Amino acid sequence: MANASSNAAGEGGRMKALMGWIDDRFPLTQMWNEQWGKYYAPKNLNTWYYFGSLSLFVLVIQIVTGIFLTMNYKPSAAEAFGSVEYIMRDVEWGWLVRYLHSTGASAFFLVVYLHMFRAMLYGSYRKPRELLWIFGMVIYLVLMGEAFFGYLLPWGNMSYWGAQVIVSLFGTLPVIGSGLVEWIRGDFYISDITLNRFFALHVIALPLVLVFLVVAHLLALHEVGSNNPDGIEVKKNKGPDGHPVDSIPSHPYYSVKDLMGLAFFLVLFLGVVFFAPALGGLFLEAPNFEPANPMQTPAHIAPVWYFTPFYAMLRAVPAFFGTQVWGVLVMGGAIVLLFFLPWLDRAPVKSIRYRGPIYKVALAVFVVVFVMLGYCGLKPAVEPFKTMSVLGTIYYFAFFLLMPWYTRIDSYKAEPQRVTYHAH
Amino acid sequence: MSEHVDKGRRQLLTAATVVTGAVGAAFAAAPFLASWKPSARAKALGAPVEIDISKLEVGAMLKVEWRGKPVWVLRRTPEMIEGLAAVDGQLADPASEASDQPDYARNEARAVRPEYLVVLGVCTHLGCAPLSRFTPGDAELGADWPGGFYCPCHGSKFDLAGRVYKGVPAPTNLAIPPYAFVDDNHILVGQDQSRAA
Repeated sequence: MANASSNAAGEGGRMKALMGWIDDRFPLTQMWNEQWGKYYAPKNLNTWYYFGSLSLFVLVIQIVTGIFLTMNYKPSAAEAFGSVEYIMRDVEWGWLVRYLHSTGASAFFLVVYLHMFRAMLYGSYRKPRELLWIFGMVIYLVLMGEAFFGYLLPWGNMSYWGAQVIVSLFGTLPVIGSGLVEWIRGDFYISDITLNRFFALHVIALPLVLVFLVVAHLLALHEVGSNNPDGIEVKKNKGPDGHPVDSIPSHPYYSVKDLMGLAFFLVLFLGVVFFAPALGGLFLEAPNFEPANPMQTPAHIAPVWYFTPFYAMLRAVPAFFGTQVWGVLVMGGAIVLLFFLPWLDRAPVKSIRYRGPIYKVALAVFVVVFVMLGYCGLKPAVEPFKTMSVLGTIYYFAFFLLMPWYTRIDSYKAEPQRVTYHAH
Repeated sequence: MSEHVDKGRRQLLTAATVVTGAVGAAFAAAPFLASWKPSARAKALGAPVEIDISKLEVGAMLKVEWRGKPVWVLRRTPEMIEGLAAVDGQLADPASEASDQPDYARNEARAVRPEYLVVLGVCTHLGCAPLSRFTPGDAELGADWPGGFYCPCHGSKFDLAGRVYKGVPAPTNLAIPPYAFVDDNHILVGQDQSRAA
């Protein structure tokens, strides 16, 4: 007995010595403590706060499955479609790797949209977290690029025509448009050359940028500290130990909580992967099961669901003055506006809990409108979807552009001194 | 020795170094950016193509590929050519003033020879391929449809000379590629009329 315990102490001692040896040469313990172990987060973080760690998890899924896909995928117009079929049929477990990757793309956008909505609910983008929000927005932009480049790679007919439509958007710019499009494609049409460079961007250039931005996002978060559902700054009320009295260390508390969220997420995620990987054409579109054909447009071109709200805005704007650059500007503007959210919101409180009826209604309608735009973007450009898209686009812009005004005249409740927390 | 620091000189040298470095970086970036332009092989593959129209029946349409884009050759019936003037009022650019075509195709029929319409089958909105809907009163497009092209992506409509209707997303008429009649039975797409003659 005595022997065993002294052995254990010896093990622990040796472990400690090893850590000391590393810490003298690399700040491993310090990094762990600063970024997670002793990172104090408000104790009242609720379900909405799962989506940050889930996005990180999905990023890891995408990188790991992506690496394994590149081992069998061939980035050439002649072989790409066939190599994806080869992965699906002949490579051991290839179908699983590919469905994890394709479902992961949609899951990524889903958790990121919910993560962004959480920020809008609790004012997480407000001072002092403006830069955190901007890093997040850049991540979202890069993610859109990553999804777009990746979508061409299977070289299905929807891949092809989707890329055709999106690349043509740049052609609407005056003067430089047509030259720019030729430069992006590297050819006079979307060809083998285009596929090859999109592959390079998808598997190395943008993932590197993405990982770098995620690190910056997390460093910024752990520097300013997490917001919480009450939208009050817990750092204003510190205990004798120097930590905010309403905060708890991320490890073990949020490690355990996030694992719980992950378990629920995996049930849903793997449910889709195993039982409905195409999700009725929403995650994998039917025309993409036939090879790219430059001579034959699919009967109805729609991007994957996560782009459709912006696609509906693009289509809602008619061409005038002999150019259709206006739709492109509206679509781009819809995303640029999000960057300015920290400065458009003039409310004296952050959280929806203490905001007045105007913002609550405005945000609720915004969610309905965003989903409606997404639905219109999936549908053909006919009535009633055309009118719905126009009205939705107008509301989307009004929500942001009128925000400085309506957040000022809204009524507000007093924020509490301490976070609202009920022990279980 | 180091008591007096000439800050102005230091700033000038720093600025000069930054500018020189930036110029060097721009020169270093140029080859990488230029490598994205169409390669010599891509340019060679974009050479003109010859189309044999000797077997094309009246009212029928031929599709060929040029630079990866569909080129359509429609041999119009006399009724089709006559009907072009009737829809002028419903068109956004009936005289093709804002549209893309060689000068020799900027006319009512938008063609060198009115019987043959040579047009790029690429919607001027976002590059989809419009569908042939030549039958007047098409079931999908309504009884007053005079016949033409219809883009399934965003609903743009074009007449039988590829001219765009008003109130649709496409801003201009379908583009006419440079082309030339080599003889009565052959069209060369990708080369201008004057240069072939």
